[in-house]
Amino acid sequence: MVLRKGDFHQPRGGGFGELKLDAISRRFGGLFALDGLSLTIKHGEFIALLGPSGCGKSTALNCLAGLLPLTSGSIWLDDRRIDTMRPEERGFGMIFQNYALFPHMNVRKNVGFGLAMRRMPKDEIRRRVDDAIGLVQLEAHAEKLPGQLSGGQQQRVAIARAIVIEPPVVLMDEPLSNLDAKLRLEMRSEIKRIHHELGRATVYVTHDQEEALSLADRVVVMKDGVAQQIGSPEALYNRPANLDVALFMGYRNVLEGRVDRVDGERVSFQCGALALTGAPQGRIDPGAATAVIRPDEIEIGDGPNRVEGRAETVEYCGRDYLVDFVTDAGARLHARSTERINPGERVCWHVPAERVLVYSVG
Amino acid sequence: MTAGSLHDSGFDRTVLLIVPGVLFVLLLFIYPFAYGLFLSFTTTNGGIWANYARFFAEPRFFSTIGITFWIALPATLVNLALAIPMAFKLRRPTSAQRIVTTMLVVPITLGTVLVAEGLLNYLGPQGWFNRLLVDMHLIASPVRLTHNYWGVLLSLVITGFPFAFLLTLSYITGIDPVLAQAASTLGAGPARQFLHIYFPLLAPGLAITFCLAFVQAFSVFPSAVLLGAPAGPTRVISIAAYQAAFEDYDYAMASAVAMIMGLAQLAVVVAVLGLRGFFYRGPAGGAKG
Repeated sequence: MVLRKGDFHQPRGGGFGELKLDAISRRFGGLFALDGLSLTIKHGEFIALLGPSGCGKSTALNCLAGLLPLTSGSIWLDDRRIDTMRPEERGFGMIFQNYALFPHMNVRKNVGFGLAMRRMPKDEIRRRVDDAIGLVQLEAHAEKLPGQLSGGQQQRVAIARAIVIEPPVVLMDEPLSNLDAKLRLEMRSEIKRIHHELGRATVYVTHDQEEALSLADRVVVMKDGVAQQIGSPEALYNRPANLDVALFMGYRNVLEGRVDRVDGERVSFQCGALALTGAPQGRIDPGAATAVIRPDEIEIGDGPNRVEGRAETVEYCGRDYLVDFVTDAGARLHARSTERINPGERVCWHVPAERVLVYSVG
Repeated sequence: MTAGSLHDSGFDRTVLLIVPGVLFVLLLFIYPFAYGLFLSFTTTNGGIWANYARFFAEPRFFSTIGITFWIALPATLVNLALAIPMAFKLRRPTSAQRIVTTMLVVPITLGTVLVAEGLLNYLGPQGWFNRLLVDMHLIASPVRLTHNYWGVLLSLVITGFPFAFLLTLSYITGIDPVLAQAASTLGAGPARQFLHIYFPLLAPGLAITFCLAFVQAFSVFPSAVLLGAPAGPTRVISIAAYQAAFEDYDYAMASAVAMIMGLAQLAVVVAVLGLRGFFYRGPAGGAKG
């Protein structure tokens, strides 16, 4: 479709059906920072792009915003192709990692910038800016410069500035990574609340799995520019599609060994002298395999997949203890315990077979 | 009490580190300035203001103020007008930025005399510039660009531009490019990004650049003599001071001229720095540092 000059002056409300990313790729030199990401985002959906640094998640976001041109692929907002449009024509609201507030404008001017660029009447700007500032609860600070605000307040200004233009999609680039732990939790609920109130489609980039799981309707786990798994937080958490996703989802116990026998929904897994019954993930044949277990699914007491060992280090975490123990077979495992355990103590543990995820190697 | 201990409330010996600097300023700036000021008030006849009265009474003196402004102001404005878009274009660290900055350091290191000598040949009636234009049939006869106003102006642009550019570049690279990206996602095209983001954040730096470039151009001497018409249209104020001192041997009058020159520069600098107060002055980043 041909873009008419001035198309972007009209505020486009949330009235779109879906945002479609069709095999978008971005190459830097010879290296694919983003390799064929396809994703359809529905109206009001909250999507998290999750992965370690350098995985391509920020590249994907910048491509969506129009700050980086695509090497190949296309982006569609319903039936309008938008990947050829400049960022100022797309009208997506973006929240940057360092907030990127204009240091020479007060809060009111910062928030109203996008509306002023749309040449909206003054009193209309004033009304909508007031609404947005109210939404992020900054009424008392409206006349201050960004330099006079705390990190959390700056973050709120950035959010207000991005949503006041009523963008079809809100893009957030690690918005909480510059905040301290307490504020991060607070702003996380704040983002959740605002998303709930406005119902804007949101794409949220983070390296923090907890953030992604708690905020998103769907999570895209990325590694080396490639989407590893796209699914609901529950699906990712319980059934990671591959070993990389599992590691990212907090499956800290990684055992390398082999599968001896496959028996429908169960496999016998052997790692040195440690034998476990596990749940196969994907197609699996007897041979080299890797099993992963989350620390909080290893429980004290007798049960299936019983292992005995000696506690080595114990960390108090408030609600429970994080225990590193060495099994009699010589494997080192991380586990969580609600009971106090002393270092050196002998304990018996077990883990349900369905929580031992076994992946074939190669 | 041991020397250097943190509880030591006595004399902090690191203060001594500023002594050489203070001495330097006292001996090489304050003393000559005070001496010149004193000298400017000593006259053989008339009151202490006689030299100043003479300056404003005799056209051959006071006309130099206008002439100097007429050369220095356009030169400064042209330098800034050229420097801003170029620095803006080269604000990202690329090999182009490195090559251009290296190339522009050269005229600064060569000094004004050498540049003036070179221009004398290059821009003269038989120089490359005129020959090229004549051979391309763009002009019928050589244009006169030396020994007049244009020669001085061009030389001030050539020696002053690199300075203005490098200073502007250092200010512009201090502005976080993410701010412009944020503005673009909010609907601002390149022109409005410059107008609303870069320019206001750059303005205080431009004021400083303007002042330094202006003071440099205002004290023009070598090129006004070598490339200009020092008897008439480019008889700048520094030439008047030079003639008073070394042709009339009237050091008192020369000092008065120098004082007036200083006051004229100060007036412009104060005015420009005053304008700077209308702009935001602070860190030009997107977040608290």
